[in-house]
Amino acid sequence: MLKDITLGQYFPGDSPVHRMDPRMKLILTIAYIVGVFLVSDLLGYALALAFLYLVVRVAGLPFGYLVRGVKPLRFILVFTFLLNLFFFPGTTPILSLGFFTLTREALQKAVFFALRLVFLVMGTSVLTLTTSPMQLTDGLERLMRPLTRFHFPAHELAMMMTIALRFIPLLLEETDKIQKAQMARGADFESGNLLMRAKAMVPLLVPLFVSAFRRANDLAMAMEARCYRGGEHRTRLRELKYTRLDALAAAATACFLLVIFAEGRFLG
Amino acid sequence: MPIVVEDLSYVYMSGGPYETQALHNVSLTIEDGEFVGLIGHTGSGKSTLVQHLNGLLSPTSGRVLVDGLDVADKATDRRAIRRKVGLVFQYPENQLFEETVEKDVAFGPRNLGLSDEEIDRRVRDALRRVALSYDELHARSVFELSGGQMRRVAIAGVLAMEPRVLVLDEPCAGLDPRGREEILSLIRALHAEAGTTIVMVSHSMDDVASLAERVIVMNQGRVAMDGSPREVFSQGEALRAIGLDVPQAVELADRLRERGLAVPQGLYRPEEIAAFVRGLAGKGDADA
Amino acid sequence: MADQENRIVATDLCYAYPEAAANAVDGVRMRVKRGEFLAILGHNGSGKSTLAKLLNALYVPTRGSVLVCGLDTRDDELVFDIRQHAGMVFQNPDNQIVATVVEEDVAFGLENNGVPPAQIRERIDEALRAVNMTDFAKKAPHMLSGGQKQRVAIAGIIAMRPDVLILDESTAMLDPSGRREVMQTVHRLNEEEGISVVLITHYMSEAATADYVLVMDEGKIALTGTPREVFSQVERVRALGLDVPPMTDLAHTLRAQGVPIAPDVLTVDEMVEEICRLSLKT
Repeated sequence: MLKDITLGQYFPGDSPVHRMDPRMKLILTIAYIVGVFLVSDLLGYALALAFLYLVVRVAGLPFGYLVRGVKPLRFILVFTFLLNLFFFPGTTPILSLGFFTLTREALQKAVFFALRLVFLVMGTSVLTLTTSPMQLTDGLERLMRPLTRFHFPAHELAMMMTIALRFIPLLLEETDKIQKAQMARGADFESGNLLMRAKAMVPLLVPLFVSAFRRANDLAMAMEARCYRGGEHRTRLRELKYTRLDALAAAATACFLLVIFAEGRFLG
Repeated sequence: MPIVVEDLSYVYMSGGPYETQALHNVSLTIEDGEFVGLIGHTGSGKSTLVQHLNGLLSPTSGRVLVDGLDVADKATDRRAIRRKVGLVFQYPENQLFEETVEKDVAFGPRNLGLSDEEIDRRVRDALRRVALSYDELHARSVFELSGGQMRRVAIAGVLAMEPRVLVLDEPCAGLDPRGREEILSLIRALHAEAGTTIVMVSHSMDDVASLAERVIVMNQGRVAMDGSPREVFSQGEALRAIGLDVPQAVELADRLRERGLAVPQGLYRPEEIAAFVRGLAGKGDADA
Repeated sequence: MADQENRIVATDLCYAYPEAAANAVDGVRMRVKRGEFLAILGHNGSGKSTLAKLLNALYVPTRGSVLVCGLDTRDDELVFDIRQHAGMVFQNPDNQIVATVVEEDVAFGLENNGVPPAQIRERIDEALRAVNMTDFAKKAPHMLSGGQKQRVAIAGIIAMRPDVLILDESTAMLDPSGRREVMQTVHRLNEEEGISVVLITHYMSEAATADYVLVMDEGKIALTGTPREVFSQVERVRALGLDVPPMTDLAHTLRAQGVPIAPDVLTVDEMVEEICRLSLKT
């Protein structure tokens, strides 16, 4: 189900990780992911996992939550894993089955690539689980603010993201309701060939679009009634400020990156 | 063709952090030709219960039998169940989608694979039952209609399935008084003329009091009360205790009793109160 | 400048939607004073929602004028001032909450108006307290009940410290307990903070709690007066596609049957008194 996707779901709390500046969290998440992509052996991944585990503990998140976030990706994971396994050119055969030769390099590539994906998702999940979507967009908006000089619509993009995040759960719920209503009138969404199934989607999409437009219209009016006039002269409830906490987190992440780098250099 | 609900339990998002049990061991039977008012506050489980009656949800445990057929059974033809039990959701006008009124109402019958003549007959009949003019409206776009008309087209879409049981989830929500009265009177007529079994979910005690022959009260996923309106509404205290209102006539009767007037037990309709007051004022029923 | 006591003054107010032949609001004259509670009734399409949207410059009159705390809604420069003075809560609770956390949504209007952050904090706390939602400050709106969402929407308006609170069918999509929550909140704000209220509703029982009632029909004011004056005209109210409160209806029935009961009964309390009086007499 779509509801199982952890990505983009905020897990409310008051941990040090929750209290960090979203800009710093964004930067450090990117740094962490870059770090993980530089890793090239299992010890490195173990270190990356250890670091992630530490952060998750500090954040007070159930680790199972992160694992669940990976679940929707299982097909992509298996697919890329097999793709790498079969097609990555390698030179050291370890297993031969008829026309197919499994090479050491392909296996390594497949495993590492899958691990990277998993870490990418889990790392981002820590960010989204500990940062409310509002803070996240705030952070993004402010990180992108220098770009407004080149007419980059930073505020508008952030506002769009906020609204999307606010309305996605509503529209999912609505889809479910409309689908049920059509099923109650004998519609069949499960059987038939591709064309028939695509046709069965029309009764679903029309009301969904109508509703999305109505909501957009209502929301625009509500925003106007509350004096919305774009990003200029706007203040924010939370002025973002870097604190000692952020410095500490940055230092910790820097240490992690150093260790990873050193490990790759001298042990790997 | 009764609907039998046996020991039904239902759990949402089983296993997740938001796991909630919406229904706990619900058992009840809805007989042919009944008019059942289903009441309870938001989250009491009434909408969940209603979605089991035509197999849109399958029980976590327990059974729902329609005409002796288990709705959750893989071997049961779901469509057969859905043509027997029609379900009108809340704000059904939000689910309209076709280019014309006629096509929208025909959606259900078409899914049943009926002949064109039969579909045409059903569309005309369904529109007539919701008091809309076929000639005037059949070629119009559903999105040009007024709110009340859209709702009636949506109800016609379910009626065109010619169900023996019609379940309506808050059919009057959001309508103005005139729209409310129109919908209620068409439901009343469906029950009286076509003998359709009606299950009406409603927040309005006054509507339930004026229409239903049996009232089922849900609370926290359980059946809290089940009986005639007279039986149920005479338990004003119990209803208030679970956060529900009582019809204003019942409220009035209770308050008059507190003031020492000998109001007969079980009055719940305004006419009954009026008759009592007439007696009090020395204007017997004969005068009225 | 305008009289301090008048919050809203509409004179010969007309509005026609683009490309519409007839006026949706047609020659309305009305006034809302400081601390007054006005209910606007009317069947669907009677023009009552259009009227509401003219009161805070969401629509601009095609003829006539609206003054909000002395500010003319036709003046482009004043639009944001006007909306701060006259805040509006809409019908669908889901379609007016912008943010994904309650307190951040309450902050939205203040942020738009450039209120300094420290003051925003203070005003959010105050507004959430006023609607009794302090415990929900950090919650996600979609986890709240309908009544709670509407109270959040009200807090978002109250935080802007308006003089007038306009509710455009804000109770229409709520269940009875949600409606009760919202009505209690609105009455408290009206009585304790002196905020004027314009309540657009389909529920006669809600209108019965107002100081004045205004009934719209075809864009015009069809009836006006206290709830007692308006609802005692049962036939007239019915002809306008509305209803009367159940107790008024009962009084009407009884009178038709020759029982001498006051025609302007609105509530169960009043009916109890009437019947007790009757029983003592006989």
